[in-house]
Amino acid sequence: MGGTTEMEIGLAHYLTVGAILFVLGVFGIFLNRKNVIVILMSVELILLSVNLNFVAFSAKLQDLTGQVFALFVLTVAAAEAAIGLAILVIYFRNRGSIEVDDISTLKG
Amino acid sequence: MIVSLAFYLFAAVLIAAATMVVISRNPVHSVLYLILAFFNAAALFLIAGAEFLAMTLVIVYVGAVAVLFLFVVMMLDIDFGRLREGFQKYTPIGAVVGGILFLELLLVFGTWQFASEATTLRFAPMPQGHLTNTEALGRIIYTDYVYLFQIAGMILLVAMIGAIVLTHRQRPGTRRQSVVAQVARGNSISLEKVSVGAGVKALGIRRPPEPAAKPREFASEDHTDGGHH
Repeated sequence: MGGTTEMEIGLAHYLTVGAILFVLGVFGIFLNRKNVIVILMSVELILLSVNLNFVAFSAKLQDLTGQVFALFVLTVAAAEAAIGLAILVIYFRNRGSIEVDDISTLKG
Repeated sequence: MIVSLAFYLFAAVLIAAATMVVISRNPVHSVLYLILAFFNAAALFLIAGAEFLAMTLVIVYVGAVAVLFLFVVMMLDIDFGRLREGFQKYTPIGAVVGGILFLELLLVFGTWQFASEATTLRFAPMPQGHLTNTEALGRIIYTDYVYLFQIAGMILLVAMIGAIVLTHRQRPGTRRQSVVAQVARGNSISLEKVSVGAGVKALGIRRPPEPAAKPREFASEDHTDGGHH
């Protein structure tokens, strides 16, 4: 508990790392237009960066609420991954492909 | 000093691993880099003093989510080469959008500052004294945030049921246990004297009846195949 308020490593460092991680996740969504699995992984990266920001603010303000919220983000991310992968599996079973461009069945 | 060195090391590995997740050619490698990224993020959480979240990240993500990704990547028979099409095409627009986003985030971080009364507005200030992070979190999760905690549990339950319902399938022709038939069976215990040396079929021992015919699941395909001859 003693290392929570380190002099050299402050909020700005964590926010920068979180911003880079967030941008990498968004970049991954743009880059892997064909591969839904990597898009899901990019979403996980984005959620991880959000968690990093929550924890950084929690440590800076000495407020535990940020960590509680990060815990719930973690829960929702796990549920999202499970449901997303399940949808992916049945989609692949039906269509034999996971390309994003093919997923247009619902288009009127 | 050692803490800042550790921070830079873990942050560098985290960003490198995240980059490799995005640009890796093989989705299996992407998943493995994702695991590396989560480990390093857990280390950053530890440096920030969030020990419980760090351990949860390792258990939930590396132990469950990443392995789930790995299962799905290996289960689906995907042509990895085709998935790379359009990689170069979307790189410029992705870089432009990412760059703009990053600049905006830096702008926000540069101009933003805490409110002067921020410390007085805290919901749950960290308790001072010899209380571990996990203990302190538990004290507020199960009291102030108990409804949110229950809702999180419900979300996980719904996700579990949803995933099972979505992926569960009953193939025709598979033999399943019929609980109703088993329970409703009369004379559930019976003794029979069998003559030694005779075959099982000759004795008429009760066995599950042979399936009447091959299930006509692919009848239409059989028909079209036969039509060619």
